[in-house]
Amino acid sequence: MTSEDWALFEVFIRARGGLDHKHVGSVHAVDAAMAIEHARDVYTRRQEGVSIWVVRSSEIAASDPGDADALFEPARDKVYRHPTFYQIPDEVETL
Amino acid sequence: MNASSADAHAAYVLRIADTCLILGQRLGEWVGHAPAIEEDLGLANTALDLIGQARLLLSHAGEIEGRGRGEDTLAFLRAEHEYLNLALAEQPNGDFGRTLVRQLLIDAWQMEIYTSLSNSRDQRLAEIAAKAVKEVRYHLRYSSAWVVRLGDGTPESHTRAQRAVDELWPWTVELFAADSIDQAMQQAGVGPDLASLRTAWLASVDAVLAEATLRRPPDVAQQRWGKRGQHGEDLGHLLSEMQYLQRAYPGARW
Repeated sequence: MTSEDWALFEVFIRARGGLDHKHVGSVHAVDAAMAIEHARDVYTRRQEGVSIWVVRSSEIAASDPGDADALFEPARDKVYRHPTFYQIPDEVETL
Repeated sequence: MNASSADAHAAYVLRIADTCLILGQRLGEWVGHAPAIEEDLGLANTALDLIGQARLLLSHAGEIEGRGRGEDTLAFLRAEHEYLNLALAEQPNGDFGRTLVRQLLIDAWQMEIYTSLSNSRDQRLAEIAAKAVKEVRYHLRYSSAWVVRLGDGTPESHTRAQRAVDELWPWTVELFAADSIDQAMQQAGVGPDLASLRTAWLASVDAVLAEATLRRPPDVAQQRWGKRGQHGEDLGHLLSEMQYLQRAYPGARW
């Protein structure tokens, strides 16, 4: 068995308590336990994190880049979905 | 402390320091050659931890010795017989499995020795040990996991792992065989009773070997005392590579 046979895992690191886990990259490993060790050795060498998640890359369902127009274009002209679109009345003090 | 007890104390710290240094250098030989880039980094991380421990311990030994030798002088400018590392640490890497079996045996030993040294009467040594034990806990987890995977893996990996255990086991006798320096340091409250550490070490190694379906070989007679400066040919080759730069360009810096 060579490393080419190993599964690919996506790695998510939480930088500090209270923050969310962010995708940082991927590692090869035979199982999740090994993937966490590899993630620790590859992605936390410079105190990048306090917590690690790994998930098999094959378990991730992704949107098709070809669908980008249909999925994301319609949001472009919906400026009223941003809170900055609205005038805040002077009477509202704490918002 | 009089001169001879300072010498014994310095030698005692050097033994632990040199074991880190030589094992770190051995692991460094894997960089660029490990079976996967993730393992390459894993071994390099462990090597760097060990060299970090060696630096602190070598500096401390140099201060106890009081002859003006700093960490670099001790690391790079001693002759082979002046290195006091455990002979197990200098054993060649062999295949990846053999490297990890050697690592398991030493990681488990470091867990015990650092845990007890963190209560040493030598304050500085206690501080270094308390810091190192956190690193070693991860090393032990890493090496244990690999020994289990390889021992309980394919027939090929099992055969190789068992061969490594059989070949390396005789070198573990030295880990717990106390000589006059160990005894003097135990009496001074600096070091632990080595024989008593063996029970815990054996329990931790046995648990991994059992899960790895590997057989523990019988204890055999001591072959050499690395910690008294008795080394095999392998250490000479390691040192010639490790010392090359400082020998060729004395005082060279980054």
